[in-house]
Amino acid sequence: MKRLLLQHIDVPGIDTLSVYREHGGYKALEKALKDMKPDDITEEVKKSGLRGRGGAGFPTGLKWSFLAKPEGVERYLVCNADESEPGTFKDRFLMSKIPHALIEGMIVSSFALGAKTSYIYIRGELLYVYHILEKAIAEAYDAGLLGKNIMGSGYSLDLYVHPGGGAYICGEETALIESLEGKRGNPRIKPPFPAVKGLWQSPTVVNNVETISAVPHIVNMGGDAYAAIGVGKSTGTKLISACGHIKKPGVYEIELGLPVEEFLFSDEYCGGIRNDKKLKAVVAGGSSVPILPGELFLKTANGEPRLMSYESLSDGGFATGTMLGSGGFIVMDEDTSVVKNLWNFTRFYHHESCGQCSPCREGTGWMEKVLHKFLEGHANMNDIDLLWDIQSKIEGKTICPLGEAASWPVASAIRHFRSEFEDYVKNPQKIKDVKHYYRVNNLDPVIN
Amino acid sequence: MPKVTIDNVSIEVPEGTTILQAARMIGGNLVPPAMCYYTKLDTSGGYCRTCIVKVTQGSERDPRPMPKPVVSCRTTVMDGMVVENITNEELVEARKGVVEFLLINHPLDCPVCDQAGECHLQDLSYENGLSKSRYEFKRREFEMHDIGDKIKLHMNRCILCYRCVKVADQVCDGRVHGVINRGDVAEISTYIQNSVDNDFSGNMIDVCPVGALTDKTFRFKSRVWFAKPMDAHRNCDKCCGKVAVWLSGDDILRVTGRKDKYGEVEDWICNDCRFDKKQKSDWVIEGPRNIDRHSVIAQNKYGVLKQLKIDVSKQKQIGEKAHNK
Ligand SMILES: Cc1cc2nc3c(=O)[nH]c(=O)nc-3n(C[C@H](O)[C@H](O)[C@H](O)COP(=O)(O)O)c2cc1C
Ligand code: SF4
Ligand code: FES
Repeated sequence: MKRLLLQHIDVPGIDTLSVYREHGGYKALEKALKDMKPDDITEEVKKSGLRGRGGAGFPTGLKWSFLAKPEGVERYLVCNADESEPGTFKDRFLMSKIPHALIEGMIVSSFALGAKTSYIYIRGELLYVYHILEKAIAEAYDAGLLGKNIMGSGYSLDLYVHPGGGAYICGEETALIESLEGKRGNPRIKPPFPAVKGLWQSPTVVNNVETISAVPHIVNMGGDAYAAIGVGKSTGTKLISACGHIKKPGVYEIELGLPVEEFLFSDEYCGGIRNDKKLKAVVAGGSSVPILPGELFLKTANGEPRLMSYESLSDGGFATGTMLGSGGFIVMDEDTSVVKNLWNFTRFYHHESCGQCSPCREGTGWMEKVLHKFLEGHANMNDIDLLWDIQSKIEGKTICPLGEAASWPVASAIRHFRSEFEDYVKNPQKIKDVKHYYRVNNLDPVIN
Repeated sequence: MPKVTIDNVSIEVPEGTTILQAARMIGGNLVPPAMCYYTKLDTSGGYCRTCIVKVTQGSERDPRPMPKPVVSCRTTVMDGMVVENITNEELVEARKGVVEFLLINHPLDCPVCDQAGECHLQDLSYENGLSKSRYEFKRREFEMHDIGDKIKLHMNRCILCYRCVKVADQVCDGRVHGVINRGDVAEISTYIQNSVDNDFSGNMIDVCPVGALTDKTFRFKSRVWFAKPMDAHRNCDKCCGKVAVWLSGDDILRVTGRKDKYGEVEDWICNDCRFDKKQKSDWVIEGPRNIDRHSVIAQNKYGVLKQLKIDVSKQKQIGEKAHNK
């Protein structure tokens, strides 16, 4: 199995500059600065087929080529390390274990984009990772890998880490930019897009941690070689943070195109369902993507085995498919209540809505309240239709995609598990049997 | 000049015109309602989502339709753009959804609200609302605040259109007014109860589309439709001095900016003119002001009410049910 990002994860001291360099670290930077022109790098990234790992899967090379480059105006690269989607915990794993992977990626990408100052915007709660990054950046400055005249190339770059206040919405790229500017983290109304007017009204590229960390590998191996990994338009490797009722929760690097069944059941990855229970449902790409029942997750509506790739997971559209999203892989066994889980997700989106636009501000709270009725045992059948109607009136009418992120879980739960909602209405006494969530601190797959 | 077609009516407009502005140039029923956009305020619009329209053809060059509804107030027209508003049933339904969202937490205390009669939310809900609320939970509540000694903030009624924030930002200096908290508990606030101490702060009252910001010198004095609006002016060294005075007999009940049919003022006026000049002798009265609005303030009735078909037998049933309770 091909691993790129996590290849040296088990090497002791890989978080230090010296060990990182012993294992091939900063070779890509050297190559980029000495042998390549900025546009060559963008060209390689285009060839590699790399797609944004932050959720939307937008081709990175294309995004870079959209960056406006007016004469005499600063450009910025901003790394989105705000990772707050429930179920997604891959970026913090990578940053805390191999901080230089991101830093090297930042320098190479900044060089490609012509940025003289770059930022890593990190989620406020990840303070321990912030300190790790700060230390690594100091090491890089000391070694002449950051600052003036990097490796004697004449290229200079300053890199800053900025901790946010811990708001999910600040992961949305324009809210992130506002927050980085020291303002309230409200998404901007687009257009203009960041590629034209981003940070301090200058052209800006925002990319996910994993996206940027993949760039040095593309520079090292060449875009074509990277594109050879994976299937079709899903090239390269992807970090998947697997959690829920599986035997081996954790962060895995997979080659895109790995059969879902293998990922879920083989001992190399998730190891199957905990306590040998049956699989009920999977949320494949972080809490915002549609939930799928087990059968439909393992096999597409046409009966073909599903693969861990952008295309295969979304096969069938939302009627029978889902999305790869950010790679937050949440598995639920037969004892899980989809309704209760949905209430939990919806509560999150309600809490995290920024409150600018009316459909999201009002709709998320409304959905949470209606879902709570189910759990308290006094919902009626009309409430299912009401929920459906509310979500459909949020979706596509909001400033930023948080509206969709809140709608899709509701829509998919009703689409695939309507009978469970009806059950709650018909047998309110059954609700007592629903298992509650426990917080199991010692099972945090990242900290341990 | 780009040519845009809205609900089958075509118009050529200057480069950079938004769909909303183009629709207003055409006029009539196809103009989308706008609760947060305000021509005079930079960066306003985009929040309330009531002005959404469907773009079925992006432009001559790129005829693809836009995948989602867009806000007409912040989307500029492209040559060859085709837009559907009231001719698109799905869109009308979507707008009803937005209106419902605006209403679920609104107190609907119109009988005691000074804004009733000239309230844009009232108009909007008559035109696009359901007759019955599907929301069965407690509405959110905030404390009432004074913003200085002349303005009352009644946050329960606020729809977070951000217009007053933009006034504070762009018309007043020394900003102490903004939004605190997040999501559905976000509220308009002055910085730690600071009052907005500025000659132009009163304009917040004029831009507020609902009754969240009201004039304390006018509160509970009269229903707006009993007052008679007159254009008036005076020589003012702070502002243009061109206002609308609202009379009851010879008494000036209140002074406001001169608003057009979209509720937008012709020019900002200062607090002296608004709050302190309440004598008829302070003003040169020009003549009656024609209020070109469809709400009660203009004609004491709503146009759409005429079209409502009331099913008498059903009404009877409802009445009996209520009676037997
Ligand atoms: C509500 C919301 C939260 C988001 N949170 C994150 C996040 O935590 N991390 C991230 O990389 N992207 C997040 N995104 C996506 C970003 O807006 C943006 O698309 C992404 O950072 C682009 O990087 P990529 O092209 O490398 O994926 C979020 C989007 C939304 C709408
Ligand atoms: S969708 Fe929600 S989070 Fe996004 S801008 Fe609107 S209110 Fe804010
Ligand atoms: S008027 Fe356009 S979004 Fe409010």
